[in-house]
Amino acid sequence: MASEAKLPVRTPEESVSALSAMKAVFSRDLKTAFRQPQDLLNPLLFFVMVVTLFPLGVSPEVAFLREAGSGILWVAALLSVLLSLDHLYRHDFNDGTLEQLVLQPQPLFLLVLAKSLAHWVLTGLPLVMLAPVLGVMVHLEGNSVAILCLTLLIGTPVLSLIGSIGAALTLGLRSAGVLLSLLIIPLYIPVLIFGTGTVMAASESASVGGQLALMGAFLVLALTLAPFASAAALRISLSNS
Amino acid sequence: MSEPLLQAVNLQCERDDRILFRDLSVSILPGTLTRVEGPNGSGKTTLLRILAGLNDSYSGDLLWRGRPRHAYREEFLRNMLYLGHRPGIKPLLTPMENLRTLMAGRRYVTDKVLWQALEGTGLGGFQNVPSRNLSAGQQRRVALARLLVADEPLWILDEIFTAIDIHGVAALERLLVERVASGGAIVVTTHHDFNLPSMHRVTLGGRHDHGL
Repeated sequence: MASEAKLPVRTPEESVSALSAMKAVFSRDLKTAFRQPQDLLNPLLFFVMVVTLFPLGVSPEVAFLREAGSGILWVAALLSVLLSLDHLYRHDFNDGTLEQLVLQPQPLFLLVLAKSLAHWVLTGLPLVMLAPVLGVMVHLEGNSVAILCLTLLIGTPVLSLIGSIGAALTLGLRSAGVLLSLLIIPLYIPVLIFGTGTVMAASESASVGGQLALMGAFLVLALTLAPFASAAALRISLSNS
Repeated sequence: MSEPLLQAVNLQCERDDRILFRDLSVSILPGTLTRVEGPNGSGKTTLLRILAGLNDSYSGDLLWRGRPRHAYREEFLRNMLYLGHRPGIKPLLTPMENLRTLMAGRRYVTDKVLWQALEGTGLGGFQNVPSRNLSAGQQRRVALARLLVADEPLWILDEIFTAIDIHGVAALERLLVERVASGGAIVVTTHHDFNLPSMHRVTLGGRHDHGL
């Protein structure tokens, strides 16, 4: 029999705001990442290695490197983000924190957005900060280096946001690596084309405003749509686990 | 009789071409404890995940306080606490940090209260030790510490007695009984022999071919 006692049902005012819940998710991801620095260094090391191996493997000539440099850096950055994607939800999935995240009363897409931003701060941002050094190494001119960093700054968050959809979709699979790459790389191609194209145009001293604006549009599109897709994908993956 | 918090009407779930349960109707009332029973693989965890809103592959209706749950998802989540097989504890964080982030999405709780909750689950002195250095039972206790600070009227608890020692089990049973007496609704699965006079039972899986 039901007893007479009854606990009050909680009203929205008593709940935590979406913003502070996002902050909590963001800071937890940063904290766990800094306690396991080797996971952080992996994509960075990969980035540096690919870029340094190119002059050794293909040609150390200034003319070639100046021509191909922006492409090399962009491809290396793209692949190293791809390399780190599987970790985005995998650990949370295995230890059960993802279940608790999905069951938080705040809108899931906002929490997913916080996770994607944390992923960018941990992988994309360090790449952007390393890029000037590597840009000089491949003999890019000052102006091109600046534009390269700007395109990476706009482009790498797009990579994290789109990648989050793929990572969420492949969560239930035991070996997600290949499928994740196949799913995500086609979506990365426009970012890559416009990223390198902008730097090329800058090196020929053409105007880059239009291309940068398009990259900005990619970012806005990814910021507004990718979290919804990732949230839906997470729900599906958890439903089938 | 007070109105049910959560109601499942004609629930059916199929998994890998096998029907786990069909025409299952359950009402979860405030101040009751519902125990989901059945042999391994009979779908206890699946049913709990469906009730908690983690699994959407079912047919039938779920009502939260008489209204369709999917339309009131936020209100439902605000008032439901789910503890699953996986404790939801990050091995790299300390119990204190884990508890703090788990509560951060739900309710403002001071560190002092969380500290005491961890002490209350027998983790006094371990609050700032990385959780990966704790035993499986201690990690479960970190998750259980949430029960000491939770104010959600509905608890859905999957195998909560796993890896808990005999004193812990007794304390946990007391906590559940007190909770029910104060008007909370609890749904549990457990293989542990746990009996309350007013317990509701939901039995899944007709096949009882005891292999062991």
